[in-house]
Amino acid sequence: MSVGLRRVVLWSGVVTLCLWVLVPIYLIALGAFGGRAGVFRWPKSLLPWDATLASMQTFLAVEGVGRAAVNGALVAALTMLLSLALGAPAGYALARYAFRGANLFRLLVILTRAFPLAILALPLTVTFIRVGLYDTPLGVALVHTALALPFAALVSASLFMGIPRELEEAAWVFGCSRLQAFRKVVLPLALPGLAAAAIFAFVISWNEVFAASVLTVRNKTLTAYLLTVLAESPLHYRFAGGFLLILPSIVFIFAVRKYLFAMWGVSNK
Amino acid sequence: MERSRALPYLLIAPATIFLIALFVIPLVQTVVLAFVDDGAWSLTNFRKMVGDLNFGLSLRNTFLLVLVVVPLQVACALLMGVMLQKLDKGRDLVLWIWTIPLGVSDLAAGLVWLAIFQDRGYLNTLLAAFGVIDGPTNWLSYESPGSMFLAVALAEIWRATAIVLVILVAGLQLIPKEYGEAAEIFGASPWTRFRKITLPLLKPSIQSALILRTVLAFEVFAVVYALSGRNFPVLVGEAYAWQHVNQNNGVAAAYAILVMAISLAATLAYIRALRVNPETQP
Repeated sequence: MSVGLRRVVLWSGVVTLCLWVLVPIYLIALGAFGGRAGVFRWPKSLLPWDATLASMQTFLAVEGVGRAAVNGALVAALTMLLSLALGAPAGYALARYAFRGANLFRLLVILTRAFPLAILALPLTVTFIRVGLYDTPLGVALVHTALALPFAALVSASLFMGIPRELEEAAWVFGCSRLQAFRKVVLPLALPGLAAAAIFAFVISWNEVFAASVLTVRNKTLTAYLLTVLAESPLHYRFAGGFLLILPSIVFIFAVRKYLFAMWGVSNK
Repeated sequence: MERSRALPYLLIAPATIFLIALFVIPLVQTVVLAFVDDGAWSLTNFRKMVGDLNFGLSLRNTFLLVLVVVPLQVACALLMGVMLQKLDKGRDLVLWIWTIPLGVSDLAAGLVWLAIFQDRGYLNTLLAAFGVIDGPTNWLSYESPGSMFLAVALAEIWRATAIVLVILVAGLQLIPKEYGEAAEIFGASPWTRFRKITLPLLKPSIQSALILRTVLAFEVFAVVYALSGRNFPVLVGEAYAWQHVNQNNGVAAAYAILVMAISLAATLAYIRALRVNPETQP
């Protein structure tokens, strides 16, 4: 094969795969903005003839949707804070200290990945009812934190490992306390990566459906709400809901794209 | 000095306590919930689970999905990873587009493919344009398990290949370029280089991608639910139904135990099958 032909094959493959990702999202957007008329139109058109903002507004005005969206965002924000607050210190310890039990802790964190964690929400319903966490955003956020924490811990470990220990030691020499050195030297360097880990925790929580459905009745997250009303809602509402779920994710993935590899790579050896 | 020895333990303590409270204890509780009936150890819940009409179907469907979807995803992701390496410009944009599904929830992915597969959807429009069908056709009823399976599999491949891609691309970046260049000088063809250099060095990444993906694939639930309700039973969907519709924690927990046992077995199998000798890694 000549070089030119090879390039054509490569690029047509790349473009096809890009379309494979993007076209379905475009199609659900058409469904979301097309309203009832769009859903029943036959044959379908690829152009947005039926799209109006009004059909999205009708969906947003349906009782429960707005509240569920707010709840979902609240749960996701709590998950973000909790997983970072718990995970980042652990990551720092793994990166900076050689201590007994470090491997045991690492094992505990990695082990969570081999379990379908969301299913563990089943017995938690009983516990949560007893302690008053059932049907609260905090309760759902706690379970979602269990999902996001392992990532937060491992990502921050690899982030802190990438920041030379010498920088911190230099700060000590110049009279900084441990905490000051951390705050003024290490934290600014780690901040973008930590933010990426936090955003990823947000996405994990925003998307999780099983635990969120099992642990709530009235205070549902958007995902759980959509799952519950799925069977009895008309198609154009389902598409509007689906599109609403996808929208923040696209923005967030764009924001964290540089750190995706630190997050999922096998570089922690 | 005393303080600095305690420091790492203080730092990991909150995370450890949290994981014990929300991972280890619920795990034990699930086991108890599944194996206890009327206050005594028993297998009643498992008997009920196995005796249920949907049990065999859901087990078969879940396994079939994993067996079809996961290998295809790894193959696709490998192809995409190699393509990315060959791109000289636009790499970042392409990578971003390819990783968008990473942020799409399984429920949303199911709804996306519902827009395509519904009676008056885009697939039928296309098929009608080619004269394959005459008018709106239902592909997602229990009478057409084949097309329902196809829709679910496509939605899963569309949504979750991105995670495999990210793990494999991270692994590809760790392989020193010199290995391939050396092989090229000795006359190895691109295919030989891929098989003899890239694949073996990528083994750790492939292993973690397989473990992560397989565990998640056995949890498949919302995609299926969005596309077909309970017409296409899967294991976690049944757990959800037993909990919510039948209000039976015990049988739901039995399903949870089954899913966990399968996930653990798969993880161990991967670790054994793809054992990595550290000395052969760069």
